[in-house]
Amino acid sequence: MHFDYLSVLVLVALGIGNVLFMVALPKLLRPSKPNPQKLVAYECGENPVGTSWIQYNARFFSVALVFVVFDVEIVFMFPWAVVFKSLYKTQGCVPFWEMFTFVLVLLVGLAYLWAQGLLEWVKSVRKA
Amino acid sequence: MNDSYGVRHLQKHIWENHAFSHIFNADFLGFALMVIAGVALLTFVLVYGMVAVWAERKVAGHIQDRLGPMRVGWHGWLQSLADGVKLMLKEDIIPTMADKPLFILAPPLVFLAAFTAYAVLPFSSRAQLADLDIGVLYITAVTSLGVVGIIMAGWASNSKWPLYGAMRSAALVVSYGVPLGLSMLPVLMLSGSLSLQEIVGNQGGGILHWNLFQAFPFMPLAFLVFFISSLAETNRVPFDIAEAESELVGGYHTEYSGINFSLFFIAEYSAMLLSCGVAATLFLGGYLPPAFRTLGMMGLPRLLAWLALGLFLLWRFTSFWERRQFSEALFFAVLTLAGLLLWRTFPHLFWFLTKTGVLFLVMLWLRWTLPRLRIDQMMYMCWKVLTPLAFVNLFGTSLWWMWAN
Repeated sequence: MHFDYLSVLVLVALGIGNVLFMVALPKLLRPSKPNPQKLVAYECGENPVGTSWIQYNARFFSVALVFVVFDVEIVFMFPWAVVFKSLYKTQGCVPFWEMFTFVLVLLVGLAYLWAQGLLEWVKSVRKA
Repeated sequence: MNDSYGVRHLQKHIWENHAFSHIFNADFLGFALMVIAGVALLTFVLVYGMVAVWAERKVAGHIQDRLGPMRVGWHGWLQSLADGVKLMLKEDIIPTMADKPLFILAPPLVFLAAFTAYAVLPFSSRAQLADLDIGVLYITAVTSLGVVGIIMAGWASNSKWPLYGAMRSAALVVSYGVPLGLSMLPVLMLSGSLSLQEIVGNQGGGILHWNLFQAFPFMPLAFLVFFISSLAETNRVPFDIAEAESELVGGYHTEYSGINFSLFFIAEYSAMLLSCGVAATLFLGGYLPPAFRTLGMMGLPRLLAWLALGLFLLWRFTSFWERRQFSEALFFAVLTLAGLLLWRTFPHLFWFLTKTGVLFLVMLWLRWTLPRLRIDQMMYMCWKVLTPLAFVNLFGTSLWWMWAN
């Protein structure tokens, strides 16, 4: 097993080496004639107005939260899926129903989000 | 099959027989072979990236009834090389407002995230750098690091377009990671392993044993969910709002120029090939041939006879030859012969590359067929269609399996 992980490490090292090479080699070849106009951020030819490091739409945050919940769930389900067949031989349907109950709780959460409209990207104004 | 190029096998043999199990006492030869295999993989990915860019432009051209690149080399086959040289000679511009360290660090991170996942991709039963016990988990973990690089690029640029692109990409990649992971689970369930070699090994015995055709309505659906999600993960059309060139200029790489820009491109194409390779491995039997004995054992004369029959039918009943120039016909003939040669010598490698290549062509085809989706349509698709569908698949497959046993 050491062997396989060492191979991965070697590959990572080679990848880093390759990136360093690819970034360093053009340094010797390319011109460098910066001027203030060239170094301005691109905003369709206009001078940029203000910084871009601003408060951003909170929708992205709620998507990230939903993702974290579901991703952790998937991490739980990976080992379950792998041992599913062998567990069936000793314990029958019990592992299936256990995981089904676990997922059901999360699906209730998904349904709640759905009903609350958190999965909607464009929030329409409710007509009174 | 008896491929005789088992570098990995040889490495392992040397490692197990000549080295102590501790890393620092590694036998030099085993380590050198490991490095050689790594360099071969790196070369493959880089060369493949250049060929893929050329192929994409040619396919795009012909789909739109144009010729695509024609100037540099025969039918423009050196175009990517010329572009690469041009990008190397271009001035590297870092905006004064940008966060310089993050700006420089982002492209290598995106590239490495796509590249290091190749370590576990099984090109054949032996041509695989590392057969990790946790192969599938490793791929999911490593590829999802790419989004960090994309956010870094968008944020560090301190420009409006990249920021939009990066935030959209983050929302997209992160959301579609959920159906992607869920659609892998039925495969793991049927194989009972996370090792890619074992997953492929469980699909042996011909086309009907592929995971795609198990648990009938469920596994094909899982494959569909997987493929659609991997399009979103690699920011391909119809999910390319992250770099939508007609509305966001260039998305997260708007401010990048020169070699850093090309790193993003290589990363995108290697991520595409990776997801096609993983799809082929998980669902389409990986490197195994579709018909186990018949095709591979066919003698050369009979093979040529079938080939001649195919060409005759093409010539007689389609307008294929009339519409093509002689040189293009020659290109297809050479491609077919090269494929045949590869098939006779390294059948596993041939089948893996063919399956991956077909999926890759489907990706290119989709790009020039479908319009771009809006971000709200994408979120709808992910959370309200694909995720519930993936859950149905998962429990459907497990119920099917329990019923069948």
